[in-house]
Amino acid sequence: MSRIVGGVATSHVPAIGGAMAKGLQQDPYWKPFFDAYVPTREWVAKVKPDVVVMFYNDHGLNFFLDKMPTFAVGAASEYVSADEGWGLPILPPFPGDADLSWHVIEGLVAEEFDVTTCQEMKVDHGFVIPMGLLWPGDQRPVRAIPIAINTVQHPLPSPARCYKLGQAVGRALRSYPKDLNVLVMGTGGLSHQLDGERAGFINKKFDLFSMEALIHDPAALTEYSSLDLVELAGNQGVEFLMWLAMRGALGNSVKEIKRNYHAPISSTASALLVLETEEQPDLQLTAA
Amino acid sequence: MPIESAMTARREIPGTPIFDGSAAQKGYALNRMCFSFNDKANRDAFLHDEDGYCASYGLTPAQRLAVADRDVTAMIEAGGNIYYLAKLAGIFGLNVQDVGAQQTGMTVGAFRQMLIDGGKVQ
Repeated sequence: MSRIVGGVATSHVPAIGGAMAKGLQQDPYWKPFFDAYVPTREWVAKVKPDVVVMFYNDHGLNFFLDKMPTFAVGAASEYVSADEGWGLPILPPFPGDADLSWHVIEGLVAEEFDVTTCQEMKVDHGFVIPMGLLWPGDQRPVRAIPIAINTVQHPLPSPARCYKLGQAVGRALRSYPKDLNVLVMGTGGLSHQLDGERAGFINKKFDLFSMEALIHDPAALTEYSSLDLVELAGNQGVEFLMWLAMRGALGNSVKEIKRNYHAPISSTASALLVLETEEQPDLQLTAA
Repeated sequence: MPIESAMTARREIPGTPIFDGSAAQKGYALNRMCFSFNDKANRDAFLHDEDGYCASYGLTPAQRLAVADRDVTAMIEAGGNIYYLAKLAGIFGLNVQDVGAQQTGMTVGAFRQMLIDGGKVQ
């Protein structure tokens, strides 16, 4: 059976991708940000994931408003990065695991998450930057399954729903008969807002509170609505939904490996949280 | 949230445009044009003939004026979504801090300082 080795939640600010492309990791502005990923990569090397399942949000590369899925699961043998319009380099493709994707899709639909399935899926900075932070350069040592959650067009799914989605993904992964180590990721956030008169909004107190709660009491965060998250974390800080989905997949008990908060990167409070799974919960279908 | 309140209460969050179904309908043509800017050939076509390119996407007069004025606040009022608008802003060489400064009426320097101060809160 497969096992979930842990989770990594990280910001995916486009400027990070620009800094990686230019090799600025030791630059004084960037060093405190990038340094947090060194022990993270050491931990990843220790837990040896074969596959990464990543909750992320598309920012208008793969999905347009003509058809906007709330939850979309990648089911491709590879995922390509592409031009997003403002200058990030196009990277080599990321290998997928279509067999495991379909297993996850079967599990989700059986649990009444009626997801969109994507045999072609362009991945934008929300996916490629976190991959590059854990596996820099052109190395592709893990297979990936992207799961996109809509944060472009309201109504957005609720925090409770995203947490339950993560739980269902976790159950599906743990029931996969092949012997695989799976790392779950959630990308985006923390607080930031790009649009409106409140552009530039950062809420450090809420960010620190939500990181702490995510570790020990994630169910408490599911009391919020998505619009509560918009109010508290900013219009794009609602990307915290990805972190909640990741946390849902990990099960009850996790050990904190690394936590970093660095604000601002560009217009965003950036953060990193690395959690190791302490137990493999049973497969019974319990609600959040 | 009970279904009745979810569907009838329109929540206002000051200074925060909520891109919902109403905005998505209103802004469709503008956002569709901006989505096309994922392709360099389309960015080049826009730069070569802005009027013609906007006309080919059927922008409303308010949307066309907002684009002509490089006015992000007006683009959002006309239904623009910030993720798609970012691709248009990129053509003009504007990043998210430039766009933030424009919407808040601050200089880019003051906007950056506000972000730095936001990260220092104890």
